[in-house]
Amino acid sequence: MKLELKGITKRFGTLVANDAIDLVVESGEIHSLLGENGAGKSTLMNVLYGLYKADAGEILLDGKPANFSGPGDAMAAGIGMVHQHFMLIPVFTVAENVALGHEPTKRGGVLDLDAARALVRKISDRFGFDVDPDALVEDLPVGVQQRVEIIKSLARDAKVLVLDEPTAVLTPQETDELMEIMRGLAKSGTSIVFITHKLREVKAVADKITVIRQGRVVGEAKPTTETAELASMMVGRDVGLTVEKKAAEPGKVVLSVSDLSVLDDRDQRAVDHVSFEVRAGEILAIAGVQGNGQTELAEAILGLRSIHSSEGDISISGSSVRGKSVRNILEKGVGYVPEDRKKNGLISEFSIEENLMLNGSFTKPYAKGLGIAFATRARLAEERIKEFDVRTTSALTPAGKLSGGNQQKVVLARELSREVDLLVVSQPTRGVDVGSIEFIHERLVEERNAGKAVLLISTELDEVLALADRIAVMYRGRIVGIVDTKTDRAKLGQMMAGVAA
Amino acid sequence: MSKSVTKEPIDWNAAFKEIMSGGVIRTIVSVILGFAVGAFFMIISNREFLQSVGFFFADPLASIRAAGDVVGAGYGALIKGSIYNASAVTFEGAIRPLTETLRLAGPLIAAGLGIGLGFRVGLFNIGGTGQLVSGLIWATFVATRVELPPVIHFVVAIVAAIVGAALVGAFVGFLKARTGANEVITTIMLNYIIVSFFNFLLTDNALLQGATAGGYTKSDPAFETARLPYLLGESYALNLGFVLAIVAVIVYWWLMERSTVGFRLRAVGFNPSAAKTAGINVERTYILALALSAAFVGIAAANQALSSTGGVTPTSHAGIGFDAITVALLGGSTATGVLMAGLLFGAFKAGSSAIQIEGISPDVLGIVQGAIVLFIAAPPLIRAIFRLPPPQTTSMLSALKSKLFSRGGK
Repeated sequence: MKLELKGITKRFGTLVANDAIDLVVESGEIHSLLGENGAGKSTLMNVLYGLYKADAGEILLDGKPANFSGPGDAMAAGIGMVHQHFMLIPVFTVAENVALGHEPTKRGGVLDLDAARALVRKISDRFGFDVDPDALVEDLPVGVQQRVEIIKSLARDAKVLVLDEPTAVLTPQETDELMEIMRGLAKSGTSIVFITHKLREVKAVADKITVIRQGRVVGEAKPTTETAELASMMVGRDVGLTVEKKAAEPGKVVLSVSDLSVLDDRDQRAVDHVSFEVRAGEILAIAGVQGNGQTELAEAILGLRSIHSSEGDISISGSSVRGKSVRNILEKGVGYVPEDRKKNGLISEFSIEENLMLNGSFTKPYAKGLGIAFATRARLAEERIKEFDVRTTSALTPAGKLSGGNQQKVVLARELSREVDLLVVSQPTRGVDVGSIEFIHERLVEERNAGKAVLLISTELDEVLALADRIAVMYRGRIVGIVDTKTDRAKLGQMMAGVAA
Repeated sequence: MSKSVTKEPIDWNAAFKEIMSGGVIRTIVSVILGFAVGAFFMIISNREFLQSVGFFFADPLASIRAAGDVVGAGYGALIKGSIYNASAVTFEGAIRPLTETLRLAGPLIAAGLGIGLGFRVGLFNIGGTGQLVSGLIWATFVATRVELPPVIHFVVAIVAAIVGAALVGAFVGFLKARTGANEVITTIMLNYIIVSFFNFLLTDNALLQGATAGGYTKSDPAFETARLPYLLGESYALNLGFVLAIVAVIVYWWLMERSTVGFRLRAVGFNPSAAKTAGINVERTYILALALSAAFVGIAAANQALSSTGGVTPTSHAGIGFDAITVALLGGSTATGVLMAGLLFGAFKAGSSAIQIEGISPDVLGIVQGAIVLFIAAPPLIRAIFRLPPPQTTSMLSALKSKLFSRGGK
């Protein structure tokens, strides 16, 4: 099915999220919608999916105008959408999830699960999805859950499939598999709109690329276009994809982790006898596919998760932090950028100003006796916002209203402005736009140059290679090996799959 | 989007939107609707009106007139009984209703602040009654069993009431922090336990029962020195309790909006896991929050124990513990909001006898009260009726809802 969007305009108050956007997706085409976070990609797709009503413009399906007043209409017209966050019921089986909403029934309204199973098998076999219809969704890896989402759409005869940042949650292998699936679907005539800000994926899979910036289409490109050119279209200027940095000058050991074991929430051993050191003036990156113990490792260092029984120890600047409170550890000189900033890094309802003081409410300069030093707080907030280039109209804006990149800058501004010896930085650029990524990377290198020890935890290999002085690869709770940055990608990929160096 | 922070003129349009989507307009609309619901019940329970409906088509004006009369009489009596009695002979008599409103609003305001504090931290303290009764026990002990010099006596009794209530709150917080026990359950159960314990204390002369109570569960009257002094002389019942409530409002405002303690309380209320990551001890914050919450309820307890000239009974808590929940909801858990809501509900209490004199059931006021809270608690309904934009931030109620309907209370 051919999809055309003509002159789509969507305003939120004074903000123009989509400004007369034209987009044509031919039948059987993989069309990439490339843009920074906040460029208006998701808004455009929500208009297409009937979640928002466009202020101007029209949607044509095979040349006929379509009018959707809700996702139901869009689905009926053959548009399927796979959201970044899956809309699946974890305790239901695959077949039950696929059937949900348009359940096949036998006589007397009895649920016909066999029909649903057969449907899942049919679609799964046709495209090589390898999904068991009777598996519980909660037991499936994220990549397979995503396939269930795709099956859901296909089961409703989707002719146009919208994938919103589908690779954000996937491992590199799963990403490759998803790309295979996308090619297979396109071959069978399904049109795919692939929303992303990852240049490499776009180049690997797209037939056509539309670049959106600040709500406008700024250009179309072919997948053969140079990466640097695509990136500069996205951000409106040339971006250095590599970070300029001089050789590290490691000093004394700041963080020392020895023989550490940590349990996860289900009491499974998530970190398994891990030892490493981070010295002042170097960046040690922990690479690895998500869910291999990195989260638990960071939490243990911060005192958010206890060290398992008597196994191992963590010491910061020479003294053990076993049994110390989070506040103790922070005050010892640790800055922490958590992996999930919305859940752990910020309070969305609090203003930028309040968020900047979040872990400083006990002491000066923010506390004045039992009261808050409001004038100081306001002055510091203005300074930090300038220094870290947080794009906002006011320091009193709630953090939840900022874009992902700006939220991350607020967290960084807070942590980097404190007097610390050690920075634990987890996924610093996840869901952050290209412009901000560059800024964040530069700041982290600056901190290293200033003699701080930096522990960077990242699942993005590009980021690891750009920033690290040494790379530790984690797999199933263990450190497979610690290597230098000259190691090639293929070798690192193998290590991330558990092959020792 | 501007590149950095610049001083911009005030965006009145945005401010208007903010107010429209926020609590103030919604609350006022809810109060007006609540009165409309009350009017409806006054009308359909009015004999003249029901009779006139019989010949509605012959004389429709009669029905309308009857309806107007009863609503006018009802709400007129409410004003007369709670604000200003224009038909009083003397000025003293004319303003007496206002002083009654203030007197009855005092404990509602104080307890409302307490429950509101809990809401701000994401805790649903339903134990107002138990905490208040605990405060009553302590204050009554000091007021009837301990002899102290004037002034010092009632000050000590007030402190005793606050401490007595706060200890119960702290205990609930301790259970929550240590064992994860949901505060909704523990506070409800403690209500029963403490009220029954109070009953028991009032059955024995050796405990808190009065010397002259006979077979009744009643304490001695508080010593003269322990009673809260009258504010406007002995001809008005209004006493220091109202001043305590006003002081509580100021303390609450400072604590929640200006202090670092309040900052941490709010942080835990909005996002406990971010607060924990920022080095705030969430468990200890829960204990502190419930203790503070109960301490404000304790101020209401002091008022109840030290105002009466007759001695306290098991019903001296006057349902304030539960009314406080509605006061906190209506007031949006802010200092000024709770003050206004407490005054409104105090006026209802003060005006109920005047309404009864008009031949209208004072239960109508209960309906108004309930309807207001219902409208507050059903914001989407109000928004639909008045086509208001959806709120921009997570409301306390939705936080509460997700808390109550999610497992573990975390």
